Amino acid sequence: MEIPYTVETRPDTGLHNCKLGIWLFLASEVMLFGALFSTYIILRTGAVEWPHGELNVWLGMANTFILIGSSVTMVMAWASLKLNDFPKHRLYLIATFVLAGIFLVNKYFEYADHITRGELPSHSTFLAIYFTMTGLHGLHIVGGMVVMAYFAGPGAKMWKTKPEQFSNRIEATGLYWHFVDLVWIFLFPVLYLL
Amino acid sequence: MHSDPAEVKQTIRRYMMVGAALFVGTVITVAANQVHLIVPLAITVALIIATVKGSLVAAVFMHLSHEKKWIYGSLILTVAFFLVLMMLPLLTTADHIGTPIHEPSPTAEAGHEGH
Repeated sequence: MEIPYTVETRPDTGLHNCKLGIWLFLASEVMLFGALFSTYIILRTGAVEWPHGELNVWLGMANTFILIGSSVTMVMAWASLKLNDFPKHRLYLIATFVLAGIFLVNKYFEYADHITRGELPSHSTFLAIYFTMTGLHGLHIVGGMVVMAYFAGPGAKMWKTKPEQFSNRIEATGLYWHFVDLVWIFLFPVLYLL
Repeated sequence: MHSDPAEVKQTIRRYMMVGAALFVGTVITVAANQVHLIVPLAITVALIIATVKGSLVAAVFMHLSHEKKWIYGSLILTVAFFLVLMMLPLLTTADHIGTPIHEPSPTAEAGHEGH
């Protein structure tokens, strides 16, 4: 039995399964990160003092540039498929994967620096929320990289047999990736600057 | 599988412009932080810039500027519940359960102990 509406849109919603599915997933992700942002507000407003300048702003800024760049390459990967240019699509997808990797390497150096100075989550409320929020965000980066690696590698076969469905999958991957970028756009000022 | 090339190329130009705007927005956020504004103002400025950047990502990269009503519907619900989550911290300050309404005065307490 074939799953319906993988490519054609449902007459009632005007959407195919993939699009509605990824948006519902992203809605649950908004609540997940929302709970953490809410926790941050409780902890910060309840704190007698809040540390400033604990984090390396320039490294955070560099990571923001990297993630914005990766969002541009991701959307270009999808647009290349719309232009029927698969080699360019793969190039952009790999570029997104590499940028995500650079982001994680930067994060590793940042974490390593904190850990060697004994600044563990147990050290302060600020560090606890910092490691929790950036750690969860980092896990989302890893998840996105796994999906990208699949579509740049074995999953790319689908382009030859079901190009429309493959394009929809890349669009869903892109929506997820832009959401990860969007979360970082708020995490950066909240944790690094304020 | 392809769309109208001219239309896609125009969309790509929009993606590039939004990408550039996001880079500029990040620079402005950090520059505003270097000015050392008072904390409430600094928070307001940083969050306004972040909201503008986030809106650009959602509207253009995530194609929310021209989506179907079912997507908007699910997002409106999400935003409503997200706002409830953000308002939850207020409950911690408004919650007076367990707090004594009238504190007994020290003199009354001393008098009571004397009996």
